[in-house]
Amino acid sequence: MKQIGDIAAGRLSEAELAANFADVHPPLSLDEALIEASRCYFCFDAPCVQACPTGIDIPGFIRRIATGNLKGSAVKILEENIFGGSCARVCPTEILCEGACVRNTQEERPVKIGLLQRHATDWLMQRNMQPFERAQPTGKKIAVVGAGPAGLACAHRLARYGHEVVVFEAKPKPGGLNEYGVAAYKLTDGFARREVDFLLGIGGIRIEYGKTLGKDLSLGRLRQDYDAVFLGLGQAGVKALGLDEAKLAGVEDAVAFIARLRQTADKRTIAVGRRVVVIGGGNTAIDAAVQARKLGAEEVSLVYRRGPEQMSATQWEQDFAKLNGVQIRHWAAPVRLLGEAGVVSGVEFARTRLGPDGALTLTEERFTLPADMVLSAIGQVFIMPATDEVPRIEGGRIVVDADRQTSLARVFAGGDCIAGPDLTVQAVQDGKCAAEAIHRMLSGKRED
Amino acid sequence: MADLSIEFAGIRAPNPFWLASAPPTDKEYNVTRAFRAGWGGVVWKTLGEDPPIVNTASRYGAVHYNGSRMAGFNNIELISDRPVDVNLREIVAVKRAWPDRAVVVSLMVPCNEESWKRMLKRVEETGCDGVELNFGCPHGMSERGMGSAVGQVPEYVEMVTRWCKQHTRMPVIVKLTPNVTDIRAPARAAKRGGADAVSLINTVQSITGVDLDRMTPEPVVDGQGTHGGYCGPAVKPIALRMVAELARDPELKGLPISGIGGISNWRDSAEFIALGAGSVQVCTAAMHYGFRIVEEMRDGLANWMDEKGYGRISDFCGRAVRNFVNWEDLNLNYVTKARINQELCIACGLCHIACEDTSHQAIAVHRDGDRRRFEVIDAECVGCNLCMHVCPVTGCITMEPQPNGLPRLTWKHHPHNPERLEAAE
Repeated sequence: MKQIGDIAAGRLSEAELAANFADVHPPLSLDEALIEASRCYFCFDAPCVQACPTGIDIPGFIRRIATGNLKGSAVKILEENIFGGSCARVCPTEILCEGACVRNTQEERPVKIGLLQRHATDWLMQRNMQPFERAQPTGKKIAVVGAGPAGLACAHRLARYGHEVVVFEAKPKPGGLNEYGVAAYKLTDGFARREVDFLLGIGGIRIEYGKTLGKDLSLGRLRQDYDAVFLGLGQAGVKALGLDEAKLAGVEDAVAFIARLRQTADKRTIAVGRRVVVIGGGNTAIDAAVQARKLGAEEVSLVYRRGPEQMSATQWEQDFAKLNGVQIRHWAAPVRLLGEAGVVSGVEFARTRLGPDGALTLTEERFTLPADMVLSAIGQVFIMPATDEVPRIEGGRIVVDADRQTSLARVFAGGDCIAGPDLTVQAVQDGKCAAEAIHRMLSGKRED
Repeated sequence: MADLSIEFAGIRAPNPFWLASAPPTDKEYNVTRAFRAGWGGVVWKTLGEDPPIVNTASRYGAVHYNGSRMAGFNNIELISDRPVDVNLREIVAVKRAWPDRAVVVSLMVPCNEESWKRMLKRVEETGCDGVELNFGCPHGMSERGMGSAVGQVPEYVEMVTRWCKQHTRMPVIVKLTPNVTDIRAPARAAKRGGADAVSLINTVQSITGVDLDRMTPEPVVDGQGTHGGYCGPAVKPIALRMVAELARDPELKGLPISGIGGISNWRDSAEFIALGAGSVQVCTAAMHYGFRIVEEMRDGLANWMDEKGYGRISDFCGRAVRNFVNWEDLNLNYVTKARINQELCIACGLCHIACEDTSHQAIAVHRDGDRRRFEVIDAECVGCNLCMHVCPVTGCITMEPQPNGLPRLTWKHHPHNPERLEAAE
């Protein structure tokens, strides 16, 4: 065993890795789905629907499961959220639909809406059914930048209306965070890719890969060549620890670690430290920490500078991390990376506390965690590509109105590059709203 | 501890829970297991004349409702498909081994006196406690002029009952079919024929569903289906009404009633007994869960009787009959209003939408921030109690009587009734 820099691939066998990275929420059997569906009260003006960013008629789709109308159920979901399959898997339902379920008040056990949604959407996708037909071609062309959930949801809705859509994607694969950013055990069996293929099945959408705004494309040119433009740019940047991390081997941003894990065909090839320290308090930090454990890291600490209530990771995510052997430490901020011969050996932390003004302050108290690998997950940032025309940006995000229209005419935006919750389901809603607005505009139905 | 023993039409049993004539009472093996489990009696599955009938595969249809299996149950099975000799031999053995239990034998033979006389003689020799005449089977046998084909014609009911009473000293229970317009007619006929008791209800003619792929009514027998007899929890309300109808009929006064129809637990049993049943018979619940359900029925009923201070079954038998009246006897001046317990309310809104869409627009939605609050508009509430039924939280919505100082007023005396009686009745 190396004293420092113990980073190795293949810590676990193929069978162990397969078990560790299996579906975290396995699908319901038919009987489980029927029993769960029967628990839905079919509430009036249901709180779960209010809590869903895409406004899926949840009691409506659950009732269709109960009656054996699986196609109707899936269509009900997909008509509001074409990413209903992945949202069923990755949504933090505990703070959305399931968090609003009236059964929480009655018995603290909500209807398993996410798993029911998966039941219905899986049924349809397994049968290679296309739930929607494309309208007659309109001759209108729209450019979508970014093939993540926002861009593809927008593209799909526009394609349904008969418009032609070209999607420009910087990476070699579609799907955005579903493909690169979500923990492997949440989207298993290549689901992210299958879902995109299903979505593209409607026709009228062409994706051009390796096209980056600001490098291969200019916004001004897109505005000239297309009737409308949708920007689903996501967050290309990660926040730095600001501790000279670049100088030490073994220090990496968690986003890159997760992407590597997601993209590999064989998880035995992914190296992980024996002792891993993850810095951050969001779902990316949790995903990185848990996956490091699942790859075979012996000790994984997740360190967050504030308390459990302030973590953006949900309570469920925090519990899940603990269940998987991640040690969560609160009220500590990294102040120094320790290393020997260019290799990281640990992290020195300062205890933190809230000052009288409510601001976070570092105390004099210090402690050190030994580490072979340090993963930084303190946040991602939107970076507006350098291009000829730039929409108005405030607080680091593109400014949009209710229609997701930017300050530039015929340019819309959605997903993580605009303000609002950074959730797949919110990105889908943004793309959908923008597509509706674009369609109204192009059909001459715009009210203004 | 309450005494559950009964004497029904001269037949003694340690408790009122009998297994109805059906597959669970088809042979010695089952009946022995039932008695070991604690059942107070059985009505042996119907004996007919040899050669035995032949049954089909499948034999059952079921209605599964909202996650509950067998809320309703249907069968197309006929009477015993075993030779009479075998059945009689086993009845002798069972009665000898279990002398304290009620063993009643169900019978169905062609509609001629000789057949009944012959069969009764053989059955009486078994030492069983009584016979039940199967005038209820609504499928198969009725096509052959037996079962409900007899039960639907009061004259036949009376005639066959009379033959039986002439040819046996055993108590004769007449089992009635609900597939009639007025249940009192065959019951009165049975009484005229000398019946010692009636039992009801037999099954209701039914098709439980249609296989939409094969376009065949269920249960499917090689691509075809036939109507069956419906039973199980779904028929309990129908059975309760029919039992109560007989219990309050002055012409039937004193005629013991064995209650049958969807009885699954002690509470169901207590309800039948309260409406006049002197014993109860169970089938579907046993077929669903096995004989051990009787354990809960026995201690559940005893516990409730202890709580209420009823020492014996007869202490509350028929107690609810006097409160079963015609609609015209109900007090129209009685007013209730729905009350929603806001502490218990989970804000599902079902009360609101039920009232808003389908009733009296008497439940308003108020929103304070994220929270929804549902409140009854007293001026619009007619006290129908639909909201109480749709509410998924037990005890959240109650119907509170509203004293209004008005005298009791029934339709008989109501000013809107053109044929009203004058004030002094």
